[in-house]
Amino acid sequence: MSQVAELLPLYNYWITIFLMISGLYIVVARGNMVKKLVGLSLFQTSVYLLYLSPGKILGGTPPIIAEGFEVYSAPLPHVLILTAIVVGVATLALGLALIVRINEAFGTIEEDELFDRDDDDA
Amino acid sequence: MRLDVIVRVTTKFFLPFMLLFALYVQLHGDFGPGGGFQAGVITAATVILYAIIFGLAPTMRLVPPIVVESMVPLGVLIFLGVGVAGFVTGDNYLNYSHLAHDQVHGQELGVMLVEAGVLVTVCGTMIAIFYTFADRGRS
Amino acid sequence: MVLLTLMAAVTVGIIRVRNLFAVVVLSSIYSFLMASVMIVLDAVDVAMTEASVGAGISTVLMLGTLYLTKTSETVPVHTPALPLFVALGTGVALVYGTFGLPPFGAADTPLHTHVGASYLANSVAETGIPNIVTSVLASYRGYDTLGETTVIFTAGIGVLLLLKRLARASRNG
Repeated sequence: MSQVAELLPLYNYWITIFLMISGLYIVVARGNMVKKLVGLSLFQTSVYLLYLSPGKILGGTPPIIAEGFEVYSAPLPHVLILTAIVVGVATLALGLALIVRINEAFGTIEEDELFDRDDDDA
Repeated sequence: MRLDVIVRVTTKFFLPFMLLFALYVQLHGDFGPGGGFQAGVITAATVILYAIIFGLAPTMRLVPPIVVESMVPLGVLIFLGVGVAGFVTGDNYLNYSHLAHDQVHGQELGVMLVEAGVLVTVCGTMIAIFYTFADRGRS
Repeated sequence: MVLLTLMAAVTVGIIRVRNLFAVVVLSSIYSFLMASVMIVLDAVDVAMTEASVGAGISTVLMLGTLYLTKTSETVPVHTPALPLFVALGTGVALVYGTFGLPPFGAADTPLHTHVGASYLANSVAETGIPNIVTSVLASYRGYDTLGETTVIFTAGIGVLLLLKRLARASRNG
């Protein structure tokens, strides 16, 4: 029973790892390109969680200096993740634009159909 | 009566408050959560909502694509300009300490200009990408 | 934490559902839940950015892409055995790694004592800005923000190059 109590604080890290491996599974196993991009953004957001969780102090407040608060959660991961979120949406936009062009050029966005077409042409 | 009357009337109510909220988030980024990125995305969301409800052509008359496309590099230029002002007046690139009469005011002025540059670029890029996606399907 | 369990459930939904419109809506719900989790973790700036960018712009762009392509996924032809094995193996290795992490919510980890503490102590005195995240982002680490703005600029230029229709040119695409 005490082992369960020891493992409980690790629960949110395990959920983060579950989100990470499901994002990885979507990227590798599914052939539809839009779904692959959704899986990639799932993977990215789980990495944000992985960065933010160690920064929290139980009983602290957000890192904005104000009267009456002494303990603040760490501000450095927030800065890194802010940049990462915006870069993530930039790559998502570029990926979606590429998908639209692939669809116009080949008529499909499924990876399997593209490979078959490549094998037929080669 | 068209089916989207309710949506159009309610959205007309919302849009000025969304712009006001974006301005609030930008200018109070120093004292609460906020800053350039959030405000830029909220402003872009206002224009995108207008385009979804009222159509793409009225939106392009209101915010022409040329204006939006020139906003994209303008913000980066503002940011670079503040950096150059840093080494013209002081000692390092992007050092804001000597932009005003003492260090604290110089830092605050530098941060405000930099956040404004980020707002312009983020807003312009999001609206430009939306215009491009929406325009592609209209052939 | 209940929110994290909800997020795991939404993720299972995203894997299983084949209608792409539903996948996009589920990913918007996922971004919203992620923003709520970030508020619980005291990251308010990040939560606002994730909510507006993830649940707003990302969803709009994916819906635009679905409008220009098709809206459902075909049945996968390969068995998912090898990807499942790779994903689960990576997961097991990562779970083994989490046993070495410091306990959640502790205040004496290296993250809180070295550079972070000096930013918390000196920010109001040197820059006069109470929001530490803004002062670090715009003043102490201004170069990174310059690089980030350049990345957004590059993405905008890239999308314009790929997809913009010139009114006077021919329809070569």
